[in-house]
Amino acid sequence: MDDLLFIFASASVINNFTLAYFLGLCPFLGVTGRIDTALRLGLATIFVMMITALASWCLNTWVLPHAPYLRLISFIVVIASTVQFVEMAIRKLSPALFRALGIFLPLITTNCAILGLALFATNRGYGLVQGLVFAFGAGVGFTLALLIMAGIREESELAGVPALVRGAAMSFFIAAILSMAFMGFAGLFHGS
Amino acid sequence: MATGDRRYARVEFSKGLWRENPVFVAVLGLCPSMAVTNTLTNALVMGGATAFVLIGSSLLVSLLRRVVPRPVRISIYIIVIATYVTVVDFLLAAYMPVAHKQLGAFISLIVVNCLILGRQEAFASRQPVGLALADAAGMGGGFALALCMIGAIREILGMGSLLGVPLLGDNFEPWAIMVLPPGGVLTLAGLLVLFAWVRQRN
Repeated sequence: MDDLLFIFASASVINNFTLAYFLGLCPFLGVTGRIDTALRLGLATIFVMMITALASWCLNTWVLPHAPYLRLISFIVVIASTVQFVEMAIRKLSPALFRALGIFLPLITTNCAILGLALFATNRGYGLVQGLVFAFGAGVGFTLALLIMAGIREESELAGVPALVRGAAMSFFIAAILSMAFMGFAGLFHGS
Repeated sequence: MATGDRRYARVEFSKGLWRENPVFVAVLGLCPSMAVTNTLTNALVMGGATAFVLIGSSLLVSLLRRVVPRPVRISIYIIVIATYVTVVDFLLAAYMPVAHKQLGAFISLIVVNCLILGRQEAFASRQPVGLALADAAGMGGGFALALCMIGAIREILGMGSLLGVPLLGDNFEPWAIMVLPPGGVLTLAGLLVLFAWVRQRN
């Protein structure tokens, strides 16, 4: 149980995917203009991450021992089809949610945090339950980073930023400061 | 290749190096690179690997451009890219085990580098092989160049050395933050402001 708690805390805040590994930087910079879209994208990403963790565990257990060189190709194919499947399922089950998510749903395929999650979980040899907890933690951490970034950017819209720094450079400065703040979590668990 | 084609090829090659530099101008393909450019060596390996994948996939995608059905093109590009990344991953593991170990999963993450997929969709899938190769070499070179700039700045400030050779003497106190993850985005933000300033002055 301690083990699972540690995996969750490590993936969500201590080694936050976005602020410590800089994975998923594209949506982090692209869709953090408003808090509500950031939240929706974060929730959809958590969902896809959980399914990816399940699928990559199945692949690792039954398929890849026979053909290790197919690892990368099979992971990316599984992620792309999972996103497609989730998109179809949501459209069928809840058209309202589908409209609310819009273009962000298909874009999850190219989010490096998802492939990174599958690869990290494989490299660390996580089992099924550990993998699912790891995926949930990583998704929560990603959502948290998106929400904080969106909150700061909503406020800084109205601030008097010099024209030279406005845009991408400004977002990177904010990301750097946030990342330094998250480094403070490093001592949260003994031996982390 | 006719003379006109060769001139176009030169234009397509040189635009990626500076005018349309993927990192500093288009701000693309950062995700898998930010975390590993803490030394110039790592930046060189990462830039070289990315350029190899980009050139290889552009060649194949350009050759296949009349065969690939439009509705499934993205999936096919991804599989082509993933194949080249697997090749690079195994090559590095065999010939440069130390660098491979340091970069870890980030080599595999080249698959989801938006720069590579972007070039396939925007350029290689509609142009003849020669131009596609020139474009890929320019973009790959520009990307590697940008990573090396970031890597060099971070290594000099963060460790006081370059390519592992001490530069700044014993009295230099290393800026530890520069080799940690925040240093990467901080360096990039600084460079973006610098380039914006240079462009404004011209």
